[in-house]
Amino acid sequence: MKLRRNLDEQELENLIANLLRAGVVTAALVVIGGAVFYLGSHPWLRVDYRTFRGEPEELKTVHGIVRCAFSGQARCLMQLGLLLLIATPVARVIFSAVAFTIEGDRMYLLFTLIVLGVLLYSLFGSFLIA
Amino acid sequence: MNVIEFTFLVWAGSLIAGFLGALTGLGGGVVLVPLLTIFFHVDLRYAIGASLVSVIATSSGSAAAYVKEGFSNIRIGMFLEIATTLGALLGAYLTAKVPASAIAVIFGLMLVYSAYVSRHTRPRTEVEQSPDPLATKLKMNGTFPDTSGLRSYNVYGVPTGFGVMFGAGALSGLLGIGSGALKVVAMDQAMKVPFKVSTTTSNFMIGVTAAASAGVYLSRGYIDPALAMPVMLGVLIGSLMGTRVLVKTQTKLLRIVFSGVIVLLGLEMLLKGLTGGF
Repeated sequence: MKLRRNLDEQELENLIANLLRAGVVTAALVVIGGAVFYLGSHPWLRVDYRTFRGEPEELKTVHGIVRCAFSGQARCLMQLGLLLLIATPVARVIFSAVAFTIEGDRMYLLFTLIVLGVLLYSLFGSFLIA
Repeated sequence: MNVIEFTFLVWAGSLIAGFLGALTGLGGGVVLVPLLTIFFHVDLRYAIGASLVSVIATSSGSAAAYVKEGFSNIRIGMFLEIATTLGALLGAYLTAKVPASAIAVIFGLMLVYSAYVSRHTRPRTEVEQSPDPLATKLKMNGTFPDTSGLRSYNVYGVPTGFGVMFGAGALSGLLGIGSGALKVVAMDQAMKVPFKVSTTTSNFMIGVTAAASAGVYLSRGYIDPALAMPVMLGVLIGSLMGTRVLVKTQTKLLRIVFSGVIVLLGLEMLLKGLTGGF
């Protein structure tokens, strides 16, 4: 029984590892896709990051980025890739919540949900304090 | 500089930073912000945003390798992530309130400190103590694979570790770094977690911590896709190459050189911050 349990935990950790890797690879591919369009469209434009101007609204919120990326803008596509990267640890935490539920570990399910709450607040609600 | 030149040079610089960071175990994230601000004249907020994104990439990318070895302790990680994510929210919130020059000074001090810590890792004397009741209640005591089979360990000092982790999270959110050095200190020194377990668990936590401040950065417009793109791709490829080479090379001299570079960059940030260069 004990051995079986350990085996399951190892399987679970392997799943998490694959999830993280898949998230990073997908994000990188989307970023590269956007980069090809971006570099191809105005390669000789001068760049200047000396002064902080902030980003336009469509690059600052989750739904703005998704909507703009599907309209095919290069900068938005790159930002969507970065958003997928940010979402990878969130997916990992959701996965842990499911795992703790299956194990019946209520205490750690609660801890995981607190962490998930902070992450979701940051992604969807932080414009309230920004 | 035009788009092509800038993108290529930032990508190459980030690749070297990621490579050396992984090879020496000092992390590539710490040198990115000085690299971008000092050499590429990027505004501090954009630099911090790009650096934070690349921290998530390296953490998630290398966690895949660590998790399979079975060293990381998911319960310790998850419990302490409550502290690091709340700290990260606070830190990210503070980036808009604290003047850039002050952030540069804190950054400089942190660079010098992390170079110092990497040179002076105190060997811990193993004392047999009875298990800590709080850590036992939190089911943190665990085992990890050793040369002689599974080795079990006990965890102590949970409140202290939790407090230091909150600070590590706040620094991560304020400076756009992984603050892995501080996370390892919290687990290794305060909580007496074995070194191998604390380094891998720390790496596991870095991505989640950074994700907590990334949302705030995003909504403030700190994350510029055209800048973060070459940084993230460079660091990711560099660090993956670094972990591959890691096992085969003697890294002692390289560590000394790289920590020397970190100290110099730290002093430069400190000086620029104090003289109002930001």
